[in-house]
Amino acid sequence: MSKQIVIPFGPQHPVLPEPLHLDLVLEDETVVDAIPSIGYVHRGLEKLVEKREFTEYVFIAERICGICSYIHSLTYVQGVEQIMKVEVPERALYLRTIWSEYSRLHSHLLWLGLFADGMGFESLFMNAWRLREHILDDLEATTGGRVIQGVCKVGGVRRDISPEKLDEMVKGLREMEKELRTLTNVFIHDKSVASRLRGVGILSKDDAYYLGAVGPTARGSGLDIDLRQTGYAAYDRINFKSVVETDGDCYARCAVRAKEMFTSIDIIEQCAKKIPEGPVDVKITGTPNGEYFSRAEQPRGEVIHYIRGDGTKHLVRHRVRTPTFTNIPPLVKLLKGVQLADVPVVVLTIDPCIGCAER
Amino acid sequence: MSFEEQMTVPIGIPELLARAGQMRTEGYRLVQIGCAKIGDTYEINYSFDKDRKFLNLRITVAPGTEIPSISGIYWGAFVYENEIFDLYGITVTGINIDFKGTFYRTAVKHAFSVTTGKEDNPCLNK
Repeated sequence: MSKQIVIPFGPQHPVLPEPLHLDLVLEDETVVDAIPSIGYVHRGLEKLVEKREFTEYVFIAERICGICSYIHSLTYVQGVEQIMKVEVPERALYLRTIWSEYSRLHSHLLWLGLFADGMGFESLFMNAWRLREHILDDLEATTGGRVIQGVCKVGGVRRDISPEKLDEMVKGLREMEKELRTLTNVFIHDKSVASRLRGVGILSKDDAYYLGAVGPTARGSGLDIDLRQTGYAAYDRINFKSVVETDGDCYARCAVRAKEMFTSIDIIEQCAKKIPEGPVDVKITGTPNGEYFSRAEQPRGEVIHYIRGDGTKHLVRHRVRTPTFTNIPPLVKLLKGVQLADVPVVVLTIDPCIGCAER
Repeated sequence: MSFEEQMTVPIGIPELLARAGQMRTEGYRLVQIGCAKIGDTYEINYSFDKDRKFLNLRITVAPGTEIPSISGIYWGAFVYENEIFDLYGITVTGINIDFKGTFYRTAVKHAFSVTTGKEDNPCLNK
């Protein structure tokens, strides 16, 4: 047996925009074990429920993450609405679904860019982020914010989208789709990309399931875990199929994200066609008294907001389990056996968002 | 909008390992483990999912109680169990990867074991 050495990876590393530390135990160039550390930027946002009313707290919930911000606010308000038995207007549910899919598109494009950058494919990185601008522009035009949208509230949404704007958005997405197809073709069909990703960092279906993998990390290993299928917001009125790949390697996780963007565009188009007329919010009276595990599908996978109220305007507990947090054990598993040079690529394929995990 | 049915089953600490093992045998995945301070006690929720059926096992523990780790059954449980110790100070015995209080680097030790009092924090940036 070769002598084992430990190489620290992170918290500062070119492929890591946020601080994750891994102690990589190596035999020659092969990783035989990986010990993760987080906690560098733990913010304790959950504790703020003691200082903010449940209606105001949505702004904090949204700031858990700067990428999947919108879906954090959606998951939080859904939990409160369930406890308070609030009937959210239909139109608001469709609008929430549209913005959720925009959020997924911008997150996946961000990831594809970072991933290309991690592989040293700079032009691909720039093209992915160029297309992402279109998505951010639509988010800004309809919500007022590119990163933090601030449109979700308990009882509905704060803004409506006119039918003309919805048509314009769908038309814009369909035009963008051609460029998106060109971009994703490189990720899916380019030989140099495939040779960098195929057979690297394999996570079996069983391991993915029992280690708690969610989102594209799980779906890349053949697991059809997609919380949108539970029918929250307006997803129960939309026809769509989750993208599932079976190889369980870096290529599969990349392909899931690339293909999911087209599903998102389809969902947005269906929503634009089916969205009914009507109000976008209802007045809320009372305070939450009860508990609920609110679940939703973020770009990185299943997120859970545990909400517990005691009939006062402050919640007793708000606990967030983010997708990155539960994808850490699968990451440890799939790093075992990879070459040191592949570690950055493997780490990126779970799309780690430490800001979320550290909430 | 459809809300899912969620079932919570209160169990005792001695039952925890057997019940977690049963969930694994029945093909449930571990969704999360989360702690909440309710009055003077702590509620720890072990959430599982199978085919989008959400089931929650709940133990209630007093401060200073030790609980067994389920990381021998669900390997990935170590992230939640380390979190529970770091934020609430509840000792979990037998964790497969035990960070011994260094998983989170918080300025205040076991910060979530103290309730600061429900009140609005007035905005100072006026």
